[in-house]
Amino acid sequence: MELDALLLSRLQFAFTVAFHILFPAFTIGLAAFLAVLEGLWLWTKRDAFKVLYLFWVKIFALSFGMGVVSGVVLSYQFGTNWSEFIRLTGGVIGPLLAYEVLTAFFLEASFLGVMLFGWKKVGPKLHFLATVLVAVGTTLSAFWILSANSWMQTPQGFQIMADGTLEATDFMQVIFNPSLPTRLAHMLLAAFLTTGLVVGAASAYQVLKERAKGTVTGWTESRIALVMAVGLVAVLAPLQLVAGHASGVVTHEYQPAKTAAIEGYWESRADQPLHLFGIPDRDAQKNHFEVSIPGIGNAIQGLPRETVIKGLNEWPREDQPPPFIPFFGFRIMVGLGLLMIGLGATGAFLIWRRKLFETPWFLRFCVVMGPSGFIAVLAGWMVTEVGRQPWVVQGVLKTRDAVSPVTTGEVATSLIAYILVYSVVFTAGALFILRLMAEGPVAGAAEPGPGQDRAPGSPLVKAPADTTPGDA
Amino acid sequence: MLDLPLIWAGLIATAVLLYVTLDGFDLGIGILFPFAKSKEDRDVMMNTVAPVWDGNETWLVLGGGGLLAAFPLAYSVLMPAFYLPIVLMLAGLILRGVAFEFRFRARNRGRKFWTQMFATGSIVTALSQGLILGGFIQGVTVENDRFAGGPFDWFTPYTLLVAAGIVAGYALLGGAWLMMKTRDNLHSDARRWTLISSAAVGGLLAAVSVATLLVHPRIALRWGFDTSAAMAIDWAALAPLLAIPALGLAGFGVVVVMARRGSHHWPFVGALLVFLSGYIGLAASFMPYVVPYAFDFRQAAAPENALGLMLVGTVLILPAILGYTAWVYWVFRGKVDTESGYHH
Repeated sequence: MELDALLLSRLQFAFTVAFHILFPAFTIGLAAFLAVLEGLWLWTKRDAFKVLYLFWVKIFALSFGMGVVSGVVLSYQFGTNWSEFIRLTGGVIGPLLAYEVLTAFFLEASFLGVMLFGWKKVGPKLHFLATVLVAVGTTLSAFWILSANSWMQTPQGFQIMADGTLEATDFMQVIFNPSLPTRLAHMLLAAFLTTGLVVGAASAYQVLKERAKGTVTGWTESRIALVMAVGLVAVLAPLQLVAGHASGVVTHEYQPAKTAAIEGYWESRADQPLHLFGIPDRDAQKNHFEVSIPGIGNAIQGLPRETVIKGLNEWPREDQPPPFIPFFGFRIMVGLGLLMIGLGATGAFLIWRRKLFETPWFLRFCVVMGPSGFIAVLAGWMVTEVGRQPWVVQGVLKTRDAVSPVTTGEVATSLIAYILVYSVVFTAGALFILRLMAEGPVAGAAEPGPGQDRAPGSPLVKAPADTTPGDA
Repeated sequence: MLDLPLIWAGLIATAVLLYVTLDGFDLGIGILFPFAKSKEDRDVMMNTVAPVWDGNETWLVLGGGGLLAAFPLAYSVLMPAFYLPIVLMLAGLILRGVAFEFRFRARNRGRKFWTQMFATGSIVTALSQGLILGGFIQGVTVENDRFAGGPFDWFTPYTLLVAAGIVAGYALLGGAWLMMKTRDNLHSDARRWTLISSAAVGGLLAAVSVATLLVHPRIALRWGFDTSAAMAIDWAALAPLLAIPALGLAGFGVVVVMARRGSHHWPFVGALLVFLSGYIGLAASFMPYVVPYAFDFRQAAAPENALGLMLVGTVLILPAILGYTAWVYWVFRGKVDTESGYHH
């Protein structure tokens, strides 16, 4: 492939969106977790919930900040690099993005200030309301961006005008397009699972540390958080399998080429096999080193055996999605999803037998699974976005016709600039977060003693230890 | 029937004005960061905006997102036209934005680094916004509804002058904001910064105004100056517009006089008036263009149904946004000094 503005713009979009998605994937769930913790604290008046809130809100502040700044990049990148996409489809997709700003971004940004810095300025109930509104904002944001992206997968409710631009004929059809419900459910569950796995890993690490010290008994903060996280994964991971399957059914109906790429099907036929492994080869139009189970491919799609499932060679080569990334991305995502189900089920069993804190191998498994939500989210997004190629709006506008009239030099410059800036920001941010996690909620929540360098802007300082609910 | 394109042009112009003034003082604090005397002063400076900067920056997202949605043609021409300064601005905004959290999390060397990044990011952001504004005033080359100019059209002596003006202008806003929000030594420093930057803004604003008239005969004509002939002045065109520079001069007067008299709040009001006059002056020079001098706001507007759908939401949601934004400012009202004073 030629290294032109198109390819570089695609690489840049992939890089910046992949970086960005990590933060919403984490903060959507974390905002809700914080709202639950603060609600539990107000309700039960147990200090442990406050300690946990104050600990996780610091990690939230760091992650949210990185999410905000990387998100601003995306809202401008539609124009800098994909101006033809906006020129042609802006009349349809634009209002969805505008509604995201109006309903979600202002809500999140404004109440985040109160959430982080308002402890002594507003009462506990108002503070709780701020936390809840931030959580609502993150979810609304997910709704609108998923609506816009789902419309790109399953466009409807529009017409193409004489000058080539698109106009909506029915905005309700645009917003509530066929793939929105399943994809939104799939993404929100993914976000909650990602948070659950991170909270679980950080807490399991602390429980392991407590074990090493010995003599720790009772409900420590980390133990409470671990049970909450494992419980969440136990419930949501199986649900995610259902949501993912439902999303796959919609994909097969509207984007059969994507399904073919995911499954590694080249030939259309009834009674497709299930390919567990293979190396899809576009030039040869077949898979190498296939490991397959015959006779169950249709059942996996929820289809009768005699239904014909299309293979990639139904489409001319230039209209086929490149199958390598969808094929492997899907297997990575599903593999991790199954491990999550295993984690949840085992954890639930151990909680029931009251052995959770006495099973070191499981605690270590929780630690190892910490980043698995992020990896699954990234893999899943690559599946769905690469699987839509060569289209940017399925069946309507090709990616190569969506790019801006900018020079290769400009895009190369910006790509290098983003890589440099993001490397510094991501490394620093990840380090701060991991350092906090290593310290744990108890050490992290302790007030710095006199003479110690306290962090003046940190959320922690806003809620000194003597703050109790009811004391305004 | 509502004139939807006109309403949307007004709404986006308002969003950009709100962005420039609100994030203007945030960025101004970053620009003034290198002049602060101590780490404690820098902590206080940052704390005056830490709870609100994120909301302030959201107006930029609304400006960009609103332009995308309401005037997709303008968005799709302007963004590629200012490709490099926009990337530069975004890089600056990233470094500035994460510095709020990172600077407080970092230890020794890391803290120094993020202090520098906060200042650098703010200055780079302000400079890029000035380059974009200058490039916008210069006009954008368009063919077949697409940007057709070169990658460095925005880089001229004129745009550099505008960029310097924006940096000074944000420093003025930041200084005046700090006068309002701080006490004692830092307040005295802020007053000095405000007075120095108001002198710089005055000079640069005058220089930019003259340069604009000389370099852009179209704008000169609108203001009643025929620069092609022997400087004929059309007083009928100029007279009503003179209210705009008069507003700016009044703003400078408020800043300087009230700062000398020891007022804590009025200099900020004066700085806002200076920005308002510059902004209205630009608007008067450009109306009705959204892409100078290729498309007016009607030509670039999104379909009526898209504008209508968004207006419904805006009418319902914008008052709420303005309401809770005002509430947040009210919650964090008053002086910020040492951190303990800040939290009680």
